[in-house]
Amino acid sequence: MNPQTAEPETAQFARLAEFIDGLGLGHEPDERQAALIEVLHEAQEIFGYLPEDVQEFVAEKLRLPLGRVFGVISFYHYFTAEPRGKHQINCCLGTACFVRGAEKIIEQFEDTLGIKMGEVTPDKNFSLGTLRCVGACSLAPVVIVDGKTYGRVTPEQAAEIIAEYN
Amino acid sequence: MKINIDGTDYDAQPGQTVLDVARANGIYIPTLCYHARTGRAGRCRACVVEAEGIRGLKAACVLEVQHAMVIRTDTPAVMNTRRTVVELLLAGGKHNCLACESNGDCELQDMAYKLGIEKPKFLMETTDLQPDLSAEGIVRDLDKCILCGRCVASCNNNVMHEVLDFGWRGDDVRIVCDNNKPMGDSSCVQCGECVQVCPVGALTFKTSKGKARNWEVEKKRVICPYCGVGCVMEIAVRDNEYLWATAVEENCDNLPNKGMLCVKGRFGLDYLNRPDRLTTPMIRKNGKLEEATWDEALEFAAARLQQVKQEHGPGAVGCFSSAKTTNEENFAMMRFARAVIGTNNVDHCARLCHSSTVAGLATTLGSGAMTNSMQEAQKSDVILVTGSNTTWCHPVFGGMIKHAVKQHGVRLIVVDPRKTDLAKIAHLHLRQRNGSDVAWLMGVQRIIINEGWHNQAYIDERCEGWGEYRASLEFFTPEKVEELSGISKDDLHSIAKLYATGGVGALYFSMGITQHTHGTDNVKACANLAMITGNLGVEGGGVNPLRGQSNVQGACDMGALPNVFSGYQKVTDETIRNKFAEHWGIDADQMHTEIGHTVTTMIEACGDDIKALYVMGENPMMSDANLNHVEKQLKKLDLLIVQDIFLTETAQMADVVLPAAAFAEKTGTYTNTERRVQVGRAALTPPKGTRQDYEIIADIAARLGHETFPRTPAALFDEIKRLTPSYHGMTYERLEPNGLRWPCPTEDHPGTPILHVDKFVRGKGLLTPLQYKPSAEEPDSEYPMCLSTGRMLEHFHSGSMTRRCTVLDGIAPRGEVEVNPADAERIDVRTGDKVRVETRRGTIDTHATVTDTVSQGLLYIPFHFVEAAANRLTNDALDPVSKIPEYKICAARISKAE
Ligand code: SF4
Ligand code: SF4
Ligand code: SF4
Ligand code: FES
Ligand code: FES
Repeated sequence: MNPQTAEPETAQFARLAEFIDGLGLGHEPDERQAALIEVLHEAQEIFGYLPEDVQEFVAEKLRLPLGRVFGVISFYHYFTAEPRGKHQINCCLGTACFVRGAEKIIEQFEDTLGIKMGEVTPDKNFSLGTLRCVGACSLAPVVIVDGKTYGRVTPEQAAEIIAEYN
Repeated sequence: MKINIDGTDYDAQPGQTVLDVARANGIYIPTLCYHARTGRAGRCRACVVEAEGIRGLKAACVLEVQHAMVIRTDTPAVMNTRRTVVELLLAGGKHNCLACESNGDCELQDMAYKLGIEKPKFLMETTDLQPDLSAEGIVRDLDKCILCGRCVASCNNNVMHEVLDFGWRGDDVRIVCDNNKPMGDSSCVQCGECVQVCPVGALTFKTSKGKARNWEVEKKRVICPYCGVGCVMEIAVRDNEYLWATAVEENCDNLPNKGMLCVKGRFGLDYLNRPDRLTTPMIRKNGKLEEATWDEALEFAAARLQQVKQEHGPGAVGCFSSAKTTNEENFAMMRFARAVIGTNNVDHCARLCHSSTVAGLATTLGSGAMTNSMQEAQKSDVILVTGSNTTWCHPVFGGMIKHAVKQHGVRLIVVDPRKTDLAKIAHLHLRQRNGSDVAWLMGVQRIIINEGWHNQAYIDERCEGWGEYRASLEFFTPEKVEELSGISKDDLHSIAKLYATGGVGALYFSMGITQHTHGTDNVKACANLAMITGNLGVEGGGVNPLRGQSNVQGACDMGALPNVFSGYQKVTDETIRNKFAEHWGIDADQMHTEIGHTVTTMIEACGDDIKALYVMGENPMMSDANLNHVEKQLKKLDLLIVQDIFLTETAQMADVVLPAAAFAEKTGTYTNTERRVQVGRAALTPPKGTRQDYEIIADIAARLGHETFPRTPAALFDEIKRLTPSYHGMTYERLEPNGLRWPCPTEDHPGTPILHVDKFVRGKGLLTPLQYKPSAEEPDSEYPMCLSTGRMLEHFHSGSMTRRCTVLDGIAPRGEVEVNPADAERIDVRTGDKVRVETRRGTIDTHATVTDTVSQGLLYIPFHFVEAAANRLTNDALDPVSKIPEYKICAARISKAE
């Protein structure tokens, strides 16, 4: 089964528990807090995303407030609480990209894939997201797929980019 | 050092901020993110000032003072920045003051007003989040949130509920509950702390909506009527109506609650306004309670008491005093029983909660009260909590323990059959089998001594009974204790090691220890443990029984007990009797010379020795064990007088009902769990038709020939002061700011936060040899489950007050039984399903809550719900010494109900 899209399973929780136990954390809240990002990385690795029950599991295991766990997840774009497709298409919405028509690009991706921002295609192949400025403003508008950057993207290119991964 | 602000020199201490110095000297610097109780944040820039020689404007709330600093708070640059801050905030949210609950109580509005801002200069896109109305008592309107972070800081660092945090980042930052849940679905306990610190209208009380503007109300200081923490709060009053409650913040470091409240204090006072308050006396005629005048009712009560006394002697009358009334009223009831009736049959519901503590600690240490004070929690190195679900039953103090553990590195051991909130953060949590406390406590002591971790010098110098005590430990081998308690040898060793070698150790316990047929032994075992480790008489140590009602310590102190006058002066001592008789102007020969009946034995003796009961503010028909039997017993009485604020289950059975004033309507003193005596002044006029408890007692006394019976709080307090050595040095004036902890023998004595400092009150601490005794009824094949009962966070005692409060009853509207998932599966029930719980004494239908809070084989039922009254099930077997019933264990069975 594809771990990226499956419902969280007991075996996955067991793996995460083992990882956390393996860190050999002491009782001090600061020490446990310091391990949070590393644990969330691992959790996202295991589950593909960080749904509510995984967030709760991490909070309980690390004895940290759930709010703090969520705070970190929602702070970093890297973490996602929604299931992701096999390929992640992210469109930059920073000022430079916005000015150069990022919204049109987004619309085009949405139309072509038949989903909205933040959603996953029914075949679970693609998910669509946005980013804040990725520091490539000279290339605006920018689209990033699985870490690969596409610059000066035009709406027409959307279908081409998608085809690369289909 | 000195600093100069706006041209004047002021004294300053290193470590202070410019803001601290300004505030201390009455200089206005506005703050939005800084709050005295949440500390520095440096986020909003409302507090900027100019500092000579430092470039740019600095936030005064984080700028630490330096010698000879020159500060200006009113330059054009400062004013401009302030203005910009406010204008941006006003523009960025939906600040419609007209419709806002906080209008008139909003720090942003105040700033705008002072700066002369009429409307925002900027036009910005505002958020459109819609108010979150999901919680019972609190409205979150994040469109008004200015992201100051006070709520996050207070929820995480003060009350320690750890619900709120910042979510997302940049322009999207928003305050979230847990992982972005609606507040009502989150782990929020509705303590209201965040509402109290929120500077604007983003967090408000749902219950005060539309009731009154802040400037229309009067704020009056009262003491919370619920648990023994004794939180000091302010209630908002308009037209003699209670509106809402806030914790007193001024000088709050010196108050028991340090500016915090729990959900009961916050949302538990609207019962005061209920239309079903008793306001007309009633007399039973032809089997029915009918309205009567005060004269008729008092005459009836007095005449019938007189009749019973004449026909059967004074010993046929019993008096129930109340841990929810004041010291003055308890003293009055005590005097009434002893001087007017002539009986020592006077007691109150401490019998049901901590009589074994008083018995156990008085014999071993010489005083039955908490040895140390709550604010010492963070000074302990190790805290051992057993048989106390502190975050539910003493919530504000529960938060202080969490604070000590999470922010001061205090180690926490919890020994409790239930996985309580404290258990979840403990370094060690072990679940003993219900009723095996003597075994594990003595087992741990045996290990401590065998390992040489005990304090022999302390024992030799300060304690006695070592030899016999030591011998009795031999029985409690780790193997034996593991078998009896279910705690493994290794875990026993860990407890022993952490508690005995981890530094100063404090022990906190409550009814999990006391409510057993061997409750007194349990308490003595706790005392032994603290003595052999030298943990008594030291700061941060102690043996600390947490008392459950606002004045249960005081009711005991006042001698509303069958064996002692106020100040624990023995009724069997002739000199003491003479002293009281002389003061009261009565003949000492008419006084009862023997120890009287307890609450529990009075019920048992109804119809035999006891013919009449005078019950003030107690509800035995809910609170006593084995209610079916209690009901039968009360029916045998010739006379039942009930004095209360509602027609309780007990009042419904009365022959005469006397409507009393409630706590906020009376003046008097209350003694909290740490022996701190505080004054509560009347904040409301009592409803028409009611009378003060102390007046009613005096009225009946007068009709029984005691015309000079004192009838004001001041007169009663004067008597207390004269006749009670530990209260000698107290006056209302001295008690007014922060209270005083007894003993306070003289008017210049500062009170006593720690007992037994150089020597025990008793002289030498008594180490007690103990034996393991099984509980009165253990699970068997017919009733295979173990049933324990207790409280829940939102409700209190027999529910007569909290169940009449909208928010509290809204959060917890019905009874429940906690069932372990494995047991639930066996009988095929899920959370919310109807179940039937049966014991040899009764049956109730209630709802299941499936949770691993209880271990397999254990059921837990809160006792607040009349429709599913836990005490129909409980066992009324008594501890032979203290006469406390065994609420914490009996045999039960559970099945799915239709
Ligand atoms: S009401 Fe209390 S528990 Fe709930 S969020 Fe506010 S401070 Fe935290
Ligand atoms: S809800 Fe109130 S206290 Fe919390 S961040 Fe917003 S404005 Fe500040
Ligand atoms: S119930 Fe106890 S903790 Fe809660 S507010 Fe009242 S005194 Fe404080
Ligand atoms: S705005 Fe898109 S890369 Fe900078
Ligand atoms: S009050 Fe100083 S920065 Fe907010």
